[in-house]
Amino acid sequence: MSLTHDDVIYVARLARLKFDSRELDRYVEQLSGILDHIDKISELDLSEIEPTSHVLKLSNVFRDDEVRPCLSQDEVLANAPEVEEGAFKVPPILEAEEPEA
Amino acid sequence: MSLIKLTAIEALELMKRGEISADELTRAYLEQMDRREGDLHAYLEISRERALDDAARPGADGGPPLAGLPTGIKDVFCTRGIVTTCASKMLEHYDPVYTATCVQQLIDAGIVILGKTNMDEFAMGSSTENSAFGPTRNPWDLQRVPGGSSGGSAAAVAGGEAIWALGSDTGGSIRQPAALCGVVGFKPTYGSVSRYGMIAFASSFDQAGPITRTVNDAALMMQYLTGKDPLDSTSVEHPHGFSIPVDQDLAGAKIGVITKLVREGTDPDVESAFETAVEAMSAAGAQIGEATLQHLDYALPAYYILAPAEASSNLARFDGVRYGFRAAGAEGITQMYEETRSQGFGDEVKRRIMLGTFALSSGYYEAYYGQAQKVRSLIFQDFERAFAEFDFLISPTTPTPAFELGEKADDPLSMYLSDICTIPVSLAGVPAISIPCGVTLQGLPVGLQIIGPAFSGKRVLQAARSAEIAIGFDKVSPLIEEDV
Repeated sequence: MSLTHDDVIYVARLARLKFDSRELDRYVEQLSGILDHIDKISELDLSEIEPTSHVLKLSNVFRDDEVRPCLSQDEVLANAPEVEEGAFKVPPILEAEEPEA
Repeated sequence: MSLIKLTAIEALELMKRGEISADELTRAYLEQMDRREGDLHAYLEISRERALDDAARPGADGGPPLAGLPTGIKDVFCTRGIVTTCASKMLEHYDPVYTATCVQQLIDAGIVILGKTNMDEFAMGSSTENSAFGPTRNPWDLQRVPGGSSGGSAAAVAGGEAIWALGSDTGGSIRQPAALCGVVGFKPTYGSVSRYGMIAFASSFDQAGPITRTVNDAALMMQYLTGKDPLDSTSVEHPHGFSIPVDQDLAGAKIGVITKLVREGTDPDVESAFETAVEAMSAAGAQIGEATLQHLDYALPAYYILAPAEASSNLARFDGVRYGFRAAGAEGITQMYEETRSQGFGDEVKRRIMLGTFALSSGYYEAYYGQAQKVRSLIFQDFERAFAEFDFLISPTTPTPAFELGEKADDPLSMYLSDICTIPVSLAGVPAISIPCGVTLQGLPVGLQIIGPAFSGKRVLQAARSAEIAIGFDKVSPLIEEDV
């Protein structure tokens, strides 16, 4: 199927990505081309087929709920871009206006 | 004697007999890097001092089973103490606080880590050109790509910059670069090797495995890679384990040629090298037949829904909060997310995130993701049926030999098609190996893919060893030849 510029802008927003107009043109063209190829699967009648999400056919894997050693707070924070008082620091999460696509 | 041409098993034997030391061996590889790494760029990080320290450890030669073997580790694996970038600007300075289980198992077995090998960013690609830090080149022809995504690992092994290397395979990322670089690459059955500490691309496909100079070396590394890991609930105890194959012929082995994978678009030189290999296997006693996998044409479309869908979910974690790159100057958190991800990811990664997000989005989920999961069932059943008739299936590993740098860079779909022979296997989760089976008129290596049923890796490696003997491929890349 062919995607429109609005489709790509909408999906980009879901994925928290942003494109300039040149990139946008390129993604519209490339993603549409790839989807054309992918659309081949619509030839198949799949109504009676069960989906496979996982090849191993594992059922749930449980373990006892017991305390185990884990990373220390220092280790967890070691690669953080910004840290304050033992916590990850981020820019304001309450924004004046949620940007609309 | 050229130390950079040795197999891992030969090197272990020489160290055991005291004829060479781990230190000499490691230095030989570091010296080859000094000579060749400027051309090849197989590594993103060379851990020279650590390698020399490890090689100088008491008992380094003759202690633990893999002691002293100079190893390249694909940069998709977290290594405590060595920066792990996944070839992405997003993780340019990431210093892991833990080590991937399978890497730790190799370390415990005594390997010497030479460094972290180059790859396509987040393992997405077939040429290593998607590395944020510049491409790797093919040791057989520096104008050509080494394949990908484990291109750095394959180039290092083929170019004398590692005796063997660890790679990872999602849709062909071990087998395809091994084929293009004239070395051996084995993708184990999904679940054989723990994925803990391997940076996730598509979790229901990703699997670590060896890139080596011989089948026996691959079998040796596999002995130390497998095992159920409490930190990866999809890992299982391998029911048959691995052992070093013995010299024997292919008498009685029923081998099915996947004829549909030798077709229009297959390079004539690749086809003729493949046919010659089939004849050699037949002469060694194999019963050759034609295998039909009915739904192969739908494998690539299904894969390019499922793998990007899983990737879009896995890569949501790169948000500039807990680790990795954060774009500067954002006023609010949404802007920070968008700037960080747009500046931190490269083109191909963004393309797959977009594809995956689209395939999972409301209104398209059933038509794309749901349908692709059903196609996966059909492919799985195709393989089951084929393995009721044959012990192994074979095909060329790739439709063409190594292509030129830049040749497919602007055409994502043609790049995706270079994995047409490896992707169906990944959808079924079964084990497969690529071994070199000849060269083209231009002297570029060609790979033969041997596929077995789930958890038949030990038998696949035995068959591959027999095929290796029957085919008798004895060429090495000019980078090793010239330096002797």
